[in-house]
Amino acid sequence: MSNQKSQSKSTLWDWLTTVDHKKVGILYLLGGAFFFVIAGIQAMLMRIQLMFPEASFLPYQSFNEMFTMHGTNMIFLAAMPLLFGFMNYIIPLQIGARDVAFPFLNALGFWFFLLGGIFVNLSFFLGDGPPDAGWTSYVPLASDQYAGSGLDFFVLGLQISGLGTLIGGINFLVTVINMRAPGMSMMRMPLFTWTSFVASMLILFAFPALTVGYLLLMLERLFGANFFIPDMGGNVVIWQHLFWIFGHPEVYILILPSFGIFSEVIATFAKKRLFGYTAMVFATLVIGFLGFMVWAHHMFTVGMGPIANAVFAVATMAIAVPTGIKIFNWLFTLWGGRIKINTANLFALAFIPSFVMGGVTGVMLAVSAANYQMHDTYFVVAHFHYVIVGGVVLALFSAAFYWWPRMFGYKLNEPLGKWFFWLFLIGFHLTFFFQHFLGLMGMPRRVASYLEGQGFSDMNFISSIGAFMMAIGFIFFLVNVFVSIRSGNPGADPWDGRTLEWTIPSPTPEYNFAQTPLTRDLDPLWYEKMHGDGRMKASEPLGDIHMPNATILPFLMAVGLFVSAFGFVYHNHWVAAGGIAFTFACMFVRSIKEDHGYHIHKEEILSDKEVE
Amino acid sequence: MADTQSQVHQETEMIPDHPEKVTLEGKNKFLGFWFFLGGETVLFASLIGTYLGLRGGTADGPGATDLFHLPLVFVMTMILLTSSLTSVFAVSAMHKGNMKGVLTWMWITVLLGATFLGFEIYEFYEYVHEGLGFTTSAFSGAFYTLVGTHGAHVAFGIGWILTLLIRYRNTGLTLTNAPKFYTAILYWHFIDVVWVFIFTVVYLLGIGG
Repeated sequence: MSNQKSQSKSTLWDWLTTVDHKKVGILYLLGGAFFFVIAGIQAMLMRIQLMFPEASFLPYQSFNEMFTMHGTNMIFLAAMPLLFGFMNYIIPLQIGARDVAFPFLNALGFWFFLLGGIFVNLSFFLGDGPPDAGWTSYVPLASDQYAGSGLDFFVLGLQISGLGTLIGGINFLVTVINMRAPGMSMMRMPLFTWTSFVASMLILFAFPALTVGYLLLMLERLFGANFFIPDMGGNVVIWQHLFWIFGHPEVYILILPSFGIFSEVIATFAKKRLFGYTAMVFATLVIGFLGFMVWAHHMFTVGMGPIANAVFAVATMAIAVPTGIKIFNWLFTLWGGRIKINTANLFALAFIPSFVMGGVTGVMLAVSAANYQMHDTYFVVAHFHYVIVGGVVLALFSAAFYWWPRMFGYKLNEPLGKWFFWLFLIGFHLTFFFQHFLGLMGMPRRVASYLEGQGFSDMNFISSIGAFMMAIGFIFFLVNVFVSIRSGNPGADPWDGRTLEWTIPSPTPEYNFAQTPLTRDLDPLWYEKMHGDGRMKASEPLGDIHMPNATILPFLMAVGLFVSAFGFVYHNHWVAAGGIAFTFACMFVRSIKEDHGYHIHKEEILSDKEVE
Repeated sequence: MADTQSQVHQETEMIPDHPEKVTLEGKNKFLGFWFFLGGETVLFASLIGTYLGLRGGTADGPGATDLFHLPLVFVMTMILLTSSLTSVFAVSAMHKGNMKGVLTWMWITVLLGATFLGFEIYEFYEYVHEGLGFTTSAFSGAFYTLVGTHGAHVAFGIGWILTLLIRYRNTGLTLTNAPKFYTAILYWHFIDVVWVFIFTVVYLLGIGG
């Protein structure tokens, strides 16, 4: 029973039961792209509302719902899953592994994310409408006194999807530590793997704080607890601390893997080894550590007092140092390189100045005295969009163009890609550059309109035009995905790459490496190209390969929690308990049924090799 | 039947000194579980922090000094710490390849855990009678959430270990089940350590601080 080869009954069943890290990675990309499009549409609706003073395109309540769900969808359900998609697909390939450490948990993490995310968004159709307290959902705005059932969907859905993220993070940590191929020491790991490793560490230590925050809010909203009600001895600031103890590391969970992507792309297309590899690793670790020390800079105006404000201000400014080290290392990698300009590299090159601008405004905001002036204005909106769009989103697009041939077996079209790039980049700067000035002039964020004659009209108009350009640019990307399918398979190594993911045939075999490669240096493939015959040396003889069995259990476990969440929202405790019991029953089955996987036999691998 | 028994016997003989960490799967489980406990540490740290922030917020309800009986909690603490000790005996039996010892010591661990849980339920029952409901005050909510989350962890641990005990009651020690027992024991130690913090921060500080 346990030794049979899994047979795919249908394509749908195959994807529902898959534990292959490559397929799970693609699922993450699809799920993330779905929420990215939703959140993008929400952003467009807001920009249309703000295009003209006193516009009545969106009712004010809808505007509140839009900015709440835009932030929630983008941060939790688009940016992070899209990064997880690349991490899932690429990390095992970069370290020469056949699989992740926990294929089952990997699939489980994905289904938790997807069903949790769908649950949050179902609030558009069910109950009192979507949540409207901002993605930070500060109490008491998010308490049941002021917010409807949308907030219940929010806390329950995000608890489920947060659990998935935590599981995914643990999986990456163990994969990187235990699954590396012979010779792939920690200090030979590609930067993307390194940064994803540190980001996973942040996930591990940051997400539980968020889980507790949501748990408390849920207990208060659904079971009448009083954590955040001052009359009952509660304290609203506890929510802010819990949220930002998670929330600030979250920023680095997003940006560190993005830094990793740029390090890969820039080194590949400058045809040079990454400048200052050791310093890059060190800077990543320092950023990861400092990321936990600065959460209260989101709370300067709460009234923590001058000493706390000063400490957090200085700690925040300190992060500019390791980040600066990284920026200079990228510049020095480019310096004297044979730079190839293509879409992937354009996104990476555009990232450097864009992100530096976001970093500079970050240091400005860290000045706690000045922060009183800028807090909750469009200056903050401009700042974090410069780091998240100028950092994370550009990285995601760069990664898409760079790894597309590896993942899907064809290159994306370059002319269309360049249209996409220029439209998006110019649109991005038009949208957010002017928001700095709007903020400094006093335009508050999260407000649905402004008056004629306040001096906000022109820049808001420009900002909205920029948003349209970004949207049109993204449509170019979607078209590109379909148009390029017919361009044919460019082979295993389309970019003259440096790292292990370019050493295996395309499309990637299920078992990744027929023989585990032997890594002899940093940039192992490049080393073999320079010092060997351009092919990786094998570290083992050809033999049978052990694979995990596909299973429906991860999907069912997520469905259990999904159903249970409905029970909580609608105060039906039988459904709530039943869903959780179902999930535990699946865990029980998983525990008592020993599943040893199956083997792909040597002959099959040999016949695969001949087909090449 | 005789055939499976001789096979079991063979496997037991081939069992190395550290059966929980010889396979890659075992190593992954071991490391992954340590990371998981790292996350759990933050979870409990957040709950303890919340409790410390709210423990003065009793509104009109009873406070810590009105409620806590140190002798009862001391007995609970001793029971739970003893259960940690018995689970260590199980590990040392595992390292000698003695599955019977593992099973026996883990049964004792589970029984001690269940006794602890019984006391905790009794304790909550008493507090509710003395007027400390979940919704009475911010203090009561924070108290029940922190101690209750710990209790839920104990309950989950009992269910987990029972599952293993029944599933592997006569399979002998194998390279598959050794890591399973080992991670369950790690988990058990962890919830004991958390209890030590709860005992200090909630009960000792509640009475004395």
